[in-house]
Formats: sequence, C-alpha cells, structure tokens
Amino acid sequence: MSSRYDRAITVFSPDGHLFQVEYALEAVRKGTTAVGVRGTDLIVLGVEKKSTAKLQEERTVRKIHVLDDHCCLAFAGLTADARVLINKARIECQSYKLTMEDRVSIEYITRYIAGVQQKYTQSGGVRPFGISTLIVGFDADGTPRLYQTDPAGTYSAWKANATGRNSKTVREFLEKNYTETSGDETVKLAVRALLEVVESGGRNVEIAVLRAGQPLQIYDEKQVEAVVSAIEAEKAATETS
Amino acid sequence: KDYVLLIADRKVAYSVVALKSDHDKIMHLDASKLFAIAGEGGDAVQFSEYVQKNLHLYNLKTGLPLSTKAAAHFTRNELATALRKGPFQVNALLGGVDHSGPSLYHLDYLGTLHKVNFGAQGYGGYFCYSILDRLWKPDMSLDEGVALMNTCIKEINSRFLVGGADFTIKVVTAEGIRVLDPVLASSA
Repeated sequence: MSSRYDRAITVFSPDGHLFQVEYALEAVRKGTTAVGVRGTDLIVLGVEKKSTAKLQEERTVRKIHVLDDHCCLAFAGLTADARVLINKARIECQSYKLTMEDRVSIEYITRYIAGVQQKYTQSGGVRPFGISTLIVGFDADGTPRLYQTDPAGTYSAWKANATGRNSKTVREFLEKNYTETSGDETVKLAVRALLEVVESGGRNVEIAVLRAGQPLQIYDEKQVEAVVSAIEAEKAATETS
Repeated sequence: KDYVLLIADRKVAYSVVALKSDHDKIMHLDASKLFAIAGEGGDAVQFSEYVQKNLHLYNLKTGLPLSTKAAAHFTRNELATALRKGPFQVNALLGGVDHSGPSLYHLDYLGTLHKVNFGAQGYGGYFCYSILDRLWKPDMSLDEGVALMNTCIKEINSRFLVGGADFTIKVVTAEGIRVLDPVLASSA
C-alpha cells in the first residue's frame, strides 16, 4: 500500500528537464515581487504588497519573516509553502545555536533551506516547494549577506536581486543602477527598483531594513511614503535640470 | 511586590572536591525570566539551554514572549516526558515577570510544578524555609526582599556544614534582569 507513495513526482524528461521544478518556477513567477539590496552597513528587503481585501487584517499578510535575531527572509511564490520552509529554518537556527553555541552564518542557513528544497525534488510522493527565497543577514564578523534560493535547490550570493513577478525588469534596473551604497541610499535604491514594476505609493510596497546587531525594522506607511516622495523629488529634479 | 529575587551558591562539587567556586547557576531564559538550576552538572546546562532555545523559537515564530506560567509549564512537560525515558536530574526555580506580574515556580526532576511565593532547592531549604515562613509577607519591596535573602544567606553560612559559600544574586523586574552584587562569605 505504501508503495503507492514511493513513486517520485519529479522525474527527468527525455531531454533532461525536471518539469515539476520548472512548473514550480512558474509558480514563483506568479508571486508578488520581492527585492533585496545589500549595502555596506545594512540590507534592505522590499516586497510588493498584494492588495488585501477590505475585511482582511493587513498585518497578518506578511512576506518578510524573521528567521533569527540576525537574519531574515523574503519570498515569492506559494505562501503556504513558505510558511513550512520558514518554520523548518527557524528550528534549524535554534538547533544550531544549541549545539554550536554560535548563531548560524547566512550561508549555512541558506544551504540548509536550499538543501530542504532539493530534497523535495528527489523524494517520493512530494512536490517541490513553489517558492524562491531571498535570505539576508549579518555574519558573525559583521559582513552583510544576501542569498537567493529557488525550487531546484540552487543557491547563490548576490549584491542585489529580485524574484517573483517582473523580477527580470527589476534585476535589469539593479544591474544598471547598482553601486556600493549605505544607509538611506540603499533603501532608496531598493524602493526605486521596486517602483519600476509596482504602482507608485506607500500602500503598495513594504520595506524592511536589517542592521547589524539590531532587530529587523519594518517601515510603517509614513516612512515608506517619505522614501517614495524623496525618490520622486529626485526624479523631478533630474528631469527638469 | 513587583519582582522575583533568586539566589544561588557558586560552588561546583565533584564528590568531595570543590571544582569551581564562581559558577553562575542562574540562567537567563529570556529578557524577563530567570532559571536557577540545582542538579547534575551536564543535565543542568543541557536542559536549561534546551528550554532557552525553545523559548527563543516560540518568540520568533509568534513575535510574542511566552508568559512565565507558560514557560514553567513547558519546562515541566519536558521534565515529565523525559522522566520515563532518561530523566534530567534537574531541580529548578523559575522566576519571571510578565504582563500579569511577578511569579515564581518550583520544579523538580520528577516533573513536579508548583507556583510559590518563595522556594528553595537543595539543602538550602532545610535552613531557609522556616525563616521564609516567618518573615515573608505579600508585597514586600525589593529592599525588604534583599534583606530577607541576606538573613537566609547568613543562616546557611553559619549552620550549613558546607557553608561559607559565595552567592549569585539576580532579580527580575518589569524592566528586565539585574545582577546584584554577589554576597561574599566574608561580608555576610
């Protein structure tokens, strides 16, 4: 009876593709955009806020999650899959701290999450996770890090990246405009990148900033509006000059 | 009234040898909870770190700190589950301050849990319970509490065979955890 669940769902196609993984990537492409930018002294995560229904409690719809005191995660794709993966990652963070007396390095937890995602492409009776994640944080030596994982289980480090809807456009913008920035400049870069594909306005983006040794700071609507207005003012200034 | 005061001796014994005389036996479970552990060396550390990390995980998962009562019950549950497999030889006092005020819990390795106004683990109880019974009253200020603790320490150091010990003193209030100056045997 149990043999019915041993057959893998993710199998190779004749031309070497894993179609289930590619379909999972399609699911990611349908998710709302998430962007991450690494500065010299902080990391900025920006996500496109899906419009919430009138009766829905806005603060319970979160795309940016804390994994531990020093690292966070944003994702694009199936929210439920993200919840499961985030729970596993949180437990792993504490388990590591219990045995090693040290906090996880960002690469370690990325490797763990990517490992879990890969396992689900090579096990019986399960389907891959339909999410790509952006994992950010500070290592013990204070270096800021940004990593991306995808449903295949691959991961790599980035200076700035985007995932989800229109991520290609955002990434191209970042490739054109990325420079080593710090502080507010990094926040503005992340928001400018996000505004390329999202309707302008504080209501449609959520910004979170992670600084070394400090808890994740999620910008409230007023702070987001302030950044957006600053960007628009700069744009207007360059257009008229 | 608005705090929980915990004291512990600082000696680590290895049969008849004192291995260390400055060991901190009161662990910070989180910013508002103290865990004073008496028991087998390895078990004490292993178990209290395990509880600490699980409390942290709960905090991250829900964004809320666990109440003292919930933390005490979680700890008790872990002790009770382990009892019939491989028990932790750990007796503890868990004190914390949360939205409902200060509370103190007395736990032992069999999975016993009692909410108490004052408590002791180890030989200290033999000497201090009578003092605490007579002198403890509700809503004591921190100064009164410290004075009461000093009375207990004096008694232990004069009457207990393995006395003359230094003590770690920590207090939890709504503002957090504070370490009070350790009482040295010479000045008590």
